[in-house]
Amino acid sequence: MAIGIRIENLRKVYDTPPPTAARGAGFSFTPARTDKRKVELVALDGVSFEIRAGEIFGLLGPNGAGKSTTIGILTTRTQPTSGRAFIGEYDIWREQVKAKRLIGVVPQRPNLDFALNAREILTFHGAYFGQSKTEREKRADELLETFKLTDRAAHMARTFSGGMMQRLSIARAMMHDPEILFLDEPSAGLDPQTRLLLWETIRDYHRRGKTIVLTTHYMDEADALCGRLAIIDHGRIIAQGTPQELKSSIPGGYLLRLRFDHAPESLLAGLRALPGVTEARCSDNASVDLYADRGGTLIGPIGQCAQAAGSELRDVHIAEPSLETLFLHHTGRSLRD
Amino acid sequence: MNWKTFYALLARDGHVFRRNLIPMLMQTLLQPLLFTFVFGRVMTASGMMPAAYKSMLLPGIMAISMVLTGVQSVAMPLIAEFQFTREIEDRLLAPIETQWLAVQKVVGGMIQAIVSGLIVMPAAWLIMGSGTNIHLGRPVEFVVVALLVALFSASGGLTLGCSVGQTQIGLMFSMVLAPMMMFGCAYYPWSSLATFPVLQYLVLVNPLVYASEGLRGALAPQFPHIDTLVVIGALVVIDVGLLYLGLKKFHQKAVS
Repeated sequence: MAIGIRIENLRKVYDTPPPTAARGAGFSFTPARTDKRKVELVALDGVSFEIRAGEIFGLLGPNGAGKSTTIGILTTRTQPTSGRAFIGEYDIWREQVKAKRLIGVVPQRPNLDFALNAREILTFHGAYFGQSKTEREKRADELLETFKLTDRAAHMARTFSGGMMQRLSIARAMMHDPEILFLDEPSAGLDPQTRLLLWETIRDYHRRGKTIVLTTHYMDEADALCGRLAIIDHGRIIAQGTPQELKSSIPGGYLLRLRFDHAPESLLAGLRALPGVTEARCSDNASVDLYADRGGTLIGPIGQCAQAAGSELRDVHIAEPSLETLFLHHTGRSLRD
Repeated sequence: MNWKTFYALLARDGHVFRRNLIPMLMQTLLQPLLFTFVFGRVMTASGMMPAAYKSMLLPGIMAISMVLTGVQSVAMPLIAEFQFTREIEDRLLAPIETQWLAVQKVVGGMIQAIVSGLIVMPAAWLIMGSGTNIHLGRPVEFVVVALLVALFSASGGLTLGCSVGQTQIGLMFSMVLAPMMMFGCAYYPWSSLATFPVLQYLVLVNPLVYASEGLRGALAPQFPHIDTLVVIGALVVIDVGLLYLGLKKFHQKAVS
């Protein structure tokens, strides 16, 4: 049975530097006492949301927005200053052991046990979760095979390349077959091929009825994988919904590049009259750039328009709103501000 | 408490310990054994030290070896694992309470300290040659003191490992371990400090003093030594204190 997550009004204030790579970047610094050098970093400021059982949920935001802190709290590694979070029915902070049994974590930076070789990393991980010797040997072999690490199984993890470490980290997180898999920036620094393999792995795992939580700052990744998203900035959730809902929340965010066999004035007039279309420009006699608040849903009506005007739709390219535009829309700031 | 996980964590440390056995033993035991050779063999054979010094030295060497092994076997991996690679994270996510991981580290360190003591005792005995007058006349005392010494060294390692950064390892050796060894009454009995009354009472804050004196009392009671009950009492207090401090520091390090 798939398991969901509930987060209620989480707040996290660091009085020491936060644990992630994104030290300080984007945090709001509030000098607590001027007489001491103590600083307070508000990493999460009243975050509430729900991750449904069996969905792929994405947490999107710039560096230092609070993504890793959220993951840290959900994986028992960070103590919330206030608020509560539940995995299934377990309060993550109060029932840590029960929560830990249900989760697998792929960290932002590989934290493999450098004293062990690849195979031992998996088998000892299985042992921590109480798997029998035969069970963990079998599962380790399967995972090494899946992640194409079989021929490196006896090598020490510290000799691995970044991509291999990442693969081994994912294999380790899946070793005890957790109900919820957390991936913190899983594709940061991966080559395009490995990235596709990663996406496929995540989808496969999801198909087995598992809940997946991932953080990313790539819109295409969120779009390709996630059923629902939350956008986080300065420790607050500024928007959430399906990728489609979020993107269509940007007025006129889509650009549809259409090519017809010919584009008469009557066709342009028809296109301009379609719901959600803000502008239609004809660059030559056959190509039309359509700005609209929606993308694919317009294809049907466009086809009908074309038919009515006696022309034929030949090619469509939909340029979707990027995280950049989405973020700009919700915060009024660019991602890199 | 989850014994399966606890045992698996211990098995992992045991596996790594066996893999690194030789370098680890060299790291912790070479120095005490060289000291044993120079002072227990060369100096006594040349007549610069009385032959009885051998029997006085051996319990001290055992105490130093156990303490060095216990401290290093817990502190050094912890320092490395809590660095920014945070290798320990995998075990922090194991289904067991965070404090039990620290306890497991302490138990692992105790086992290693005991193994090291068991290796050093016959080795030092052999190195010193004939005339070493050691007997296991008080086995219960010996076992109790040895266990308390192992616990003190491992919880000391936990505290140090969670307080010291990678860049301060050298400082840890020169500022903590070196003075502790020199003023630990391992190479001389505590009573011989009587001519330095201030120092004699100052060194009593050094846990190694009780380790050396306790083992001396159990193995070579013919030499003057602090009363074993006092030693046991002091070690219990030190153990509880260091364990409490170590667990607290570990928790601070482990959870952000």
